[in-house]
Amino acid sequence: MFDPLLVDLSRLQFALTALYHFLFVPLTLGLSVMIAMMETVYVMTRRTIWRDMTKFWGVLFGINFALGVATGITMEFQFGMNWAYYSHYVGDVFGAPLAIEGLMAFFLEATFVGLFFFGWERLSARAHLAVTWLTALGTNFSALWILIANGWMQNPVGSTFNPDTMRMEVTDFMAVLFNPVAQAKFVHTVSAGYVCGATFVLAVSGWYLLRHRHVALAKRSFVIAAAFGLASSLSVIVLGDESGYALTDNQKMKLAAIEAMWETEDAPASFTLFGLPSLTNHDTAYGIHIPWMMGLIGTRSIDKQIPGIDQLVDKAKGRIRSGIVAYDALETLKQNGTDADARSAFTRHSGDLGYALLLKRYLEDPRQANDQQIDQAAWSVVPGVAPLFFSFRIMVLCAIVLLAVFAISLWHTMREEEAPRWLFRMAVLAAPLPWIAIELGWFVAEFGRQPWIIEGVLPTFLATSALGVPDLLLTIAGFTLVYSVLAVIEVKLMLAAIRKGPEVAGVIEGWHPGTAEDVALSPQAGE
Amino acid sequence: MIDFLFSYETLRFIWWGLLGTLLVGFAVMDGFDMGVGALLPFVARTDIERRVAINTIGPVWEGNQVWFILGGGAIFAAWPALYALSFSGFYLAMFLVLFALILRPVGFKYRSKRASRTWRTRWDWALFVGGAVPALIFGVAVGNALQGVPFHLTPDLRPIYDGSFFGLLNPVALYCGLVSLAMLVMHGAAWLAFKADGTVGARARTIGPKAAIVSAVLFAGGGLLVWTGLLGGYRVTSPIVWDGPSNPLRKSVVADGGAWLANFQAHPVLWLVPALGILAPLSAAAGFRAGREGLTFLASKLAVAMIITTAGIAMFPFLLPSSTAPDHSLAAFDASSSRATLRTMLLAVGIFLPIILAYTAWVYRVLWGKVSEKSIEQAGHSAY
Repeated sequence: MFDPLLVDLSRLQFALTALYHFLFVPLTLGLSVMIAMMETVYVMTRRTIWRDMTKFWGVLFGINFALGVATGITMEFQFGMNWAYYSHYVGDVFGAPLAIEGLMAFFLEATFVGLFFFGWERLSARAHLAVTWLTALGTNFSALWILIANGWMQNPVGSTFNPDTMRMEVTDFMAVLFNPVAQAKFVHTVSAGYVCGATFVLAVSGWYLLRHRHVALAKRSFVIAAAFGLASSLSVIVLGDESGYALTDNQKMKLAAIEAMWETEDAPASFTLFGLPSLTNHDTAYGIHIPWMMGLIGTRSIDKQIPGIDQLVDKAKGRIRSGIVAYDALETLKQNGTDADARSAFTRHSGDLGYALLLKRYLEDPRQANDQQIDQAAWSVVPGVAPLFFSFRIMVLCAIVLLAVFAISLWHTMREEEAPRWLFRMAVLAAPLPWIAIELGWFVAEFGRQPWIIEGVLPTFLATSALGVPDLLLTIAGFTLVYSVLAVIEVKLMLAAIRKGPEVAGVIEGWHPGTAEDVALSPQAGE
Repeated sequence: MIDFLFSYETLRFIWWGLLGTLLVGFAVMDGFDMGVGALLPFVARTDIERRVAINTIGPVWEGNQVWFILGGGAIFAAWPALYALSFSGFYLAMFLVLFALILRPVGFKYRSKRASRTWRTRWDWALFVGGAVPALIFGVAVGNALQGVPFHLTPDLRPIYDGSFFGLLNPVALYCGLVSLAMLVMHGAAWLAFKADGTVGARARTIGPKAAIVSAVLFAGGGLLVWTGLLGGYRVTSPIVWDGPSNPLRKSVVADGGAWLANFQAHPVLWLVPALGILAPLSAAAGFRAGREGLTFLASKLAVAMIITTAGIAMFPFLLPSSTAPDHSLAAFDASSSRATLRTMLLAVGIFLPIILAYTAWVYRVLWGKVSEKSIEQAGHSAY
């Protein structure tokens, strides 16, 4: 029997290490692309300020990149360490994108990032630019492959359970590759990373402009960040990954939970702007609804229905009963692999095997389950509604505020008059928003996937390693300690580098605001 | 022809070879970084000396470390059962490795950010731990694999590890840890002799030959352990089905004292590999003394490759034998991914590995030349 505490601790450890890793990755994604754009301007115009900008933001990029790499090592090995049964059960499918990520992305970014920092004197301007773009490309490829892996956990296409090897195996690699959930996630996540990078550059530049420091560098960075941020935040919002939510039962459940939609509504469903969802009453109190909105978000149509939680639970009951048939056939096959009846029964019901496994939370042998236990198992497919409901809304709110910040910033920088001081204050204040949105986005996607580790295939509570609770406590304590120390060091170094300004990059400040455009953007002297 | 090339049997052979290639790649590429880390307090005493040592690997260690990450990913993709079992079984050892490896990226990057002496000394220790601890533990892991690890599989193929962390630290495993440490110290010294000018290079040339001779002697001693049966082996007693499903519960295995010699006895040409495992470090030792740094580094690479390959050949077809339930041992013929995954991954490796090797070679060419105290001072902010 499984140990619920071990499962919770394994989940806690994964959440801690993944959320922590994901503090650095989005900034890496966004900054790498922005740095490459700045250097492109340098190579095209040969104006040295753009090289100085590249070097300065490069220093901040480097401080952040080191921790992204350090915490990424943990992620690559965590599946085997804490999720051994998961690794056995789906390694045939899930391992491939992870390995390809190493081949195609990690090597690229890690090999060229060294030359980015050390190659300024050894390479021609064009060659160095190529190195910078290859680093940025590597970080983006990395996001692509890890989201193909993650997309498969949300929508396990192109694979089937093999009773001879007792695991999931690939049947169609192309389907795994072109999984629509993965594609939606990739675009959404990468855009979110760009927003994160843009907000960071906007905030730091705003801070300089408030203090009249490094005006020429800060002003140009501010404009680039505003434009890039506006485009990226539009992309994040318009190409949100809820477009994949119509595809599978769990994704539908996630959507229903995000919306706290207990009953199926007539299409197009309304969007609950705010309310207090209650799992005991199956209703949402004080709801403020916007007609049509949810139908548009969830199905990109006005005539497709979005099923409610109650209906999805009913459907799960049917799948559990079908899964029990598959489980029974599998037990027969384990004894006698040539039993043709069992094999054909298994083939017909194997898609629901995971649903029978849900019963293992309540009893050892799913075949012995009574109606009440099947009911319980069916209700266990509902993730925590209230946390999803609120997380999603806060995430969306952050995104909309950021969109406004970028739009206002760009509008002001396009005008001939000087930008007002509140604009820069606003930019500084916006700094934490992308991280809040991104961490909540991870939470919505992964907590919303519960109780599954692989949707419909393997419940999370079965997926752990056979470890003891003390092992987990020890490593959680260890990770918490090491990661906290590193976080403090990283933030201190980052702030020190920002306070010092471009000197940290060895840039000689030979340029001063003097041109008309420089004056136009800098706040009034003496204010 | 195509069917033969991509038959399940061939694919499993190829992936066994690729697993070895990746581990050797990791040990050869990241091995000298770890060696430099382990040597840091000994070859470099002042700050500028340490900066010389660190900057010999500063621009390249990050790419080198990806061999480790790729090793993990490739084992996950091609040998999922091995990935599941070894990382959860060696749980606390893996945690130690992660801890040590996490210190490296931040150590390299953050050390130079402040001039404070305490700050830099602390990061130097972090880099030392980040180099020496993994070098030791990887050897300990191989030592345990050679002896067999206490585990069994349930009928659902859920891996259950029956040992403890301290069980991993048995004398034979620790001995293998020392082989690995000595070998990577030699490799790090060979790199420093090749790449570092001045005092650091000179000290590396003094320590290098000692580490090389110790590696050769310890490695030969390991052979003696196998010969005398102290380091036992395992033998498959049921017929081996190379194209059967990956289910490790369908064979019989016995522990057999001399089994790790069987492959060499069956194919005497294979003795060349352990022979080179002794000759190559000895040539490296001679190379250090003769001041032929390029050749020394090549010999050191060969030594690392041959020592690791020897362990692989000895164990073939086993990947991870079980000491408590030998029948459940993971072998190359019953612990792989499906044929489709092996084929897809082979395609991916076939496309990307040559590209990786090409741009890695280009980067090393761009960075060609010695690192000296003067070059560090000139580089200012763009060096660590």
